[in-house]
Amino acid sequence: MAGNAWRSTVSRVMGAVKSQTQPRTFSRGMQTVTIIPGDGIGPEISSAVIKIFEAAKVPIQWEERNVTAIKGPGGKWMIPPEAKESMDKSKIGLKGPLKTPIAAGHPSMNLLLRKTFDLYANVRPCVSIEGYKTPYTDVDLVTIRENTEGEYSGIEHVIVDGVVQSIKLITEDASRRIAEYAFEYARNNQRASVTAVHKANIMRMSDGLFLRKCREVAENFKDVKFTEMYLDTVCLNMVQDPTKFDVLVMPNLYGDILSDLCAGLIGGLGVTPSGNIGANGVAIFESVHGTAPDIAGKDMANPTALLLSAVMMLRHMGLHGHAKKIETACFDTIRDKKVWSRAVQYTALKKNPVSESVTLILLFIGICLSKFNVV
Amino acid sequence: VYRASSSMFLCKLCSPYWKQCINDSPISAHQPPPAKYGGRHTVTLIPGDGIGPELLNHVRELFRFCCVPVDFEVVTVDSSVVSEDEINNAVTAIRRNGVALKGNIETNHNLPPSHKSRNNLLRTSLDLYANVMHCQTLPGVQTRHKDIDIIIIRENTEGEYSSLEHENVPGVVESLKIITRVNSLRIAEYAFKLAREKGRRRVTAVHKANIMKLGDGLFLQCCKEVAAGYPDIAFDNMIVDNTTMQLVSKPQQFDVMVMPNLYGNVVSNVCAGLVGGPGLVPGANYGKNYAVFETATRNTGKSIANKNVANPTATLLASCLMLDHLGLVDYASMIRKAIFKTLSETRLHTADIGGLATTSEVVQSIMREVQKTGPLTSEYI
Repeated sequence: MAGNAWRSTVSRVMGAVKSQTQPRTFSRGMQTVTIIPGDGIGPEISSAVIKIFEAAKVPIQWEERNVTAIKGPGGKWMIPPEAKESMDKSKIGLKGPLKTPIAAGHPSMNLLLRKTFDLYANVRPCVSIEGYKTPYTDVDLVTIRENTEGEYSGIEHVIVDGVVQSIKLITEDASRRIAEYAFEYARNNQRASVTAVHKANIMRMSDGLFLRKCREVAENFKDVKFTEMYLDTVCLNMVQDPTKFDVLVMPNLYGDILSDLCAGLIGGLGVTPSGNIGANGVAIFESVHGTAPDIAGKDMANPTALLLSAVMMLRHMGLHGHAKKIETACFDTIRDKKVWSRAVQYTALKKNPVSESVTLILLFIGICLSKFNVV
Repeated sequence: VYRASSSMFLCKLCSPYWKQCINDSPISAHQPPPAKYGGRHTVTLIPGDGIGPELLNHVRELFRFCCVPVDFEVVTVDSSVVSEDEINNAVTAIRRNGVALKGNIETNHNLPPSHKSRNNLLRTSLDLYANVMHCQTLPGVQTRHKDIDIIIIRENTEGEYSSLEHENVPGVVESLKIITRVNSLRIAEYAFKLAREKGRRRVTAVHKANIMKLGDGLFLQCCKEVAAGYPDIAFDNMIVDNTTMQLVSKPQQFDVMVMPNLYGNVVSNVCAGLVGGPGLVPGANYGKNYAVFETATRNTGKSIANKNVANPTATLLASCLMLDHLGLVDYASMIRKAIFKTLSETRLHTADIGGLATTSEVVQSIMREVQKTGPLTSEYI
């Protein structure tokens, strides 16, 4: 048994050293995953996901942690040490929606998590959901966004009264890192092409550096096609024909806008999975919608986003069989109009999941579980 | 109905300007440059690259056919030349004439940063601070969304397009985004004035002030200050990523939108895609003393250049905006009516909107329409 634990630790370390997305091999043991339920509807949808995973007999052991910021020694805000320890040990996390604090004195928890674990890549696969109709069908693309620098560096100055300067930072290392991740992701997930999105005609030096690094990395991945496209052309073509795009890699701001644009194409933040990849092999998968405090605790929330993120997590861990099972059950449930009708419309248009008079969540779990009995 | 009646009311109030109120023209306080040399206007024409030259030739052909009293002073700007003399000549010509019609000039982004974008140089030298784009669902064009009618006003001179970049440490590049109070107030004032003139009810400011607290925070604050002076127009704001999400699911909720430079680039391209593509929407760049008209999405269309397949609608509608600006409103509405009549016929759609017609077929059809309904034209076809 010690031998198995040692083997799985070694494979985890080797996996982290080689590349973050190589499938992990597990022997008989259960993989530990840190789950951060979050605020508002977070706890309910997290427990729904846990129940579904139990029914599907996924070999995962959950460790629940809270990430409310505390003031550490030296006065710096940080996440609680138990949460950090748990994440560092398990390397995989699943996170529900976190409340953005106003006047709490500390920065947002999402930002803290990003800084603590150096989550440099935000990955959002956007696939059209069968059974949920939007004006766009056959969307199948992935947006990979650099998450640490760019326009969101937070460096701003008031030069003179009435003139503000915001600094956009692009570095060689970060650009190379995200480009490498994007190409590895494309290779591991059998994607045909990677497109770098930029505005180098205007921001010649910064986006030019980003592009140069992407080109350099592309040389090492000849099996994946590399193209470059201006941000405005991507936006224009995306709303006319999203099937033209495969994997998109871009700096922070363009990534923010484009990933939300693509989420809107498939139905909104309530149905979009998202994953954050960090250095040292850490990966945190999350639902990106809001906390919906008005329906919290009323058994009315839509767990799809968190569930699809959890499926993404399973794929990252190499548990493809379980991932497929749960994903199919989820899509079958969505296709079932009884459960889905009013729920998703509301979710798609607003950032908060829905209010529905039927106990949606139990119905959802029930239908998912019934699928597993057949399999 | 409300919109029509409010603009008619305004028209009765300001009768000398009533003609300008009921069409797509800019703020009524504008005075068109005086027509010289026998009542004919001179307009600078910059052909640009890609499909620009051929489409602007069609514009000249159409204007000659309709006997429009406009002469074009052609200034070529070669994108491959490194020196800035040509673009400076173009700027001088526009200063002289006051109005220009242009195609997009290509920027080779593999050249070093000292070679700036020619289009950007033109906009900043002439201080064309407002880029206005009116996206509306056009009859006869198949789109996923219906009933779109959005006016996008984009700050055109500062923001992320200041081209101020430096590399302090090797491998670390900083790009400066500048937001000033003066320019933000100016663009907000323009947006609200335009909204009032056109009888629009709501202005939405698009920003990312939750992250760029000082920069976009200043922009938002200026918009709020200006909004206070227009109590008849509702003002709200939306973060740019939510905006793009809402645009692809429910674009009908937007009325007038105002935003800094980069977000304007993204949002205007999204909206152009929603109403049918880059070949249909005209754009205008207004400054205090000058105006330059071009297609809204500023594409060069290199891959379809000189193949007679480009859609001339955007360029022709841009020339109509120019005619409105010059005060030649009757010619503008005559040509516009002919364009829309042609657009409603599916067999005259070009490839970008799903048809098989060529550029010349479309232009010929427009000329036939003008002949049917308009005054005497120069040739009988």
